[in-house]
Amino acid sequence: MNAIIVSALLGVVMMFSGILLKNKSTLKYIAIGGLLLLLIANLFQTYGVYTVVVNSHELLRFQKFGLFFNTIAITATLIYVILSGKDIENAGNYPAEYFALIFFVLCGVSILCGFNSLLMLFLGIEILSIPLYILTGSDKRNLKSNEASLKYFLMGAFTAGIMLMGIALIYGATGSFGISSPSIISTPTGGTSVPRASYLEIAGVLLLFVAMCFKVSAAPFHFWTPDVYDGAPSVFTSFMATIVKVAGFFAFIRLLEGQSAILGPTWKILLSFVIIATLLIGNITAVFQQSVKRMLAYSSIAQAGFMLFALYSASDIAKEGILLYAAAYSLATIGIFAVLIKMKDYTLDGFNGLAKTEPVLALTTTICLLSLSGIPLTAGFFAKYYMLASVVKTGTGLWLVIVAVLFAAVSVYYYFRVIQAMYFKEGVAETTEITAGFKAGLVFVAALIVLIGVLPSVLLNYFYF
Amino acid sequence: MPIQYYIYLCLALFSIGIIGALTRRNVIIVFMCIELMFNAVNLLLVAFSKMHLAAASISDKASTVGSDGQLFVFFIMVVAAAEVSVGLAIIVMLFRNTHSVDINFLNRLKN
Repeated sequence: MNAIIVSALLGVVMMFSGILLKNKSTLKYIAIGGLLLLLIANLFQTYGVYTVVVNSHELLRFQKFGLFFNTIAITATLIYVILSGKDIENAGNYPAEYFALIFFVLCGVSILCGFNSLLMLFLGIEILSIPLYILTGSDKRNLKSNEASLKYFLMGAFTAGIMLMGIALIYGATGSFGISSPSIISTPTGGTSVPRASYLEIAGVLLLFVAMCFKVSAAPFHFWTPDVYDGAPSVFTSFMATIVKVAGFFAFIRLLEGQSAILGPTWKILLSFVIIATLLIGNITAVFQQSVKRMLAYSSIAQAGFMLFALYSASDIAKEGILLYAAAYSLATIGIFAVLIKMKDYTLDGFNGLAKTEPVLALTTTICLLSLSGIPLTAGFFAKYYMLASVVKTGTGLWLVIVAVLFAAVSVYYYFRVIQAMYFKEGVAETTEITAGFKAGLVFVAALIVLIGVLPSVLLNYFYF
Repeated sequence: MPIQYYIYLCLALFSIGIIGALTRRNVIIVFMCIELMFNAVNLLLVAFSKMHLAAASISDKASTVGSDGQLFVFFIMVVAAAEVSVGLAIIVMLFRNTHSVDINFLNRLKN
């Protein structure tokens, strides 16, 4: 609750500071201060210090898992603003509003971390999405940005309609908006059975599933992702592809924990189809991309395929895994995008010879890419390991794990093409001006990735204590 | 009236909305179709809310079951209004740059 209120207030504060302050560069520091405040407020609640107590009548229920996830999202945003704050200011004419919108998105993320009712799910998703439509179109004179914004908006609104229909059907069948459906009744043996899940309810859960697949860009509902990620200003693509996406995943998992039993055994078949399609389309299409930005968009679809494994196994180890995955994936992607924004040319050739001109940038990008492809000693390895291990532990779907490992091998190819361009190709990579502070930030991100990769327990022990 | 009539009406409206959103080329009309989907859901929620109330008030005359469904409708209206304001602004921005509201314009990003 703390995080929801504080982030909404900070959004308003940022809007007013845009009117009151004439100096653009102070905005970044206000935003960093605000994010620190938000982080502290959230940590307070995690450890039981409530500054505000609001009786939400079971619409919201905050558990440690969700709060911890929120901490990861806020921390990732903080790192993102520190690294790319300058570029956010230069993305368009209204920097204060962009920071304000980022805070509003975080408000949506906080709601998604604690929703306990389909009403709050809907509100959270919308509060998360509507600011993003604006951020996507923030480069007002650029046709690509306009186009991406309109496309994202139409897709988002259409998805919201489908999601609402799903919610309405579930309400019709059960008479409540709770996320743990009352029609699932525990049998005496401890298992769950579905006595009379009506067709109405099954249709509702399926529609919700489709809508959430749209939101997290899982195939076959991924088609908007590359265009939108490519067209949006790069700074905001970074935000969309990381924090917003993992928040969507968190909501997805929390939602279907309670609802998936309604679908019975077909649920696993349906989900494995989606996982395979996502991995296939994401990885294979990424191989053929010449633009690094577009390649990252497809890679984010491929990574979504891995995150779906948490949904497949739906166990405690998968929950730990999704936390680790959220942290590893967000850090690495934020790092790569921070470098990408500084490049003058977004194609692979634009990276040629970066190691000679900017060795620090090349090295940190390499670490981030290694993490995304899941090489040991980086955070990405343990993230993928936990995901796959959770599926192996369930005893079913071993073939799915094998397919996933094969696709992880494919992903190495396209990530390493960037590394190859940086280190082994001749050329002069042109970058905009790079400050020492930016380099220090990147080194910090890379260090964090290696730290989590060597000692994943650092992050996970914290979760349990 | 039986609840089925409402369900059929809402599903018909919703389907018109989906088909329109998928086939029409004019952004404004696509947008209207999406609004139609929202409103079909609103009607359905109210109908279900009354249905649950009618079922509950057989045993308990003072029952308030189903009020949450009607509350949900207000939230949908507010969110839809917020979406309209952002969406129309985006369409206006697009129109300023291209002098057209045709959705075929969106194919340019493909490559």
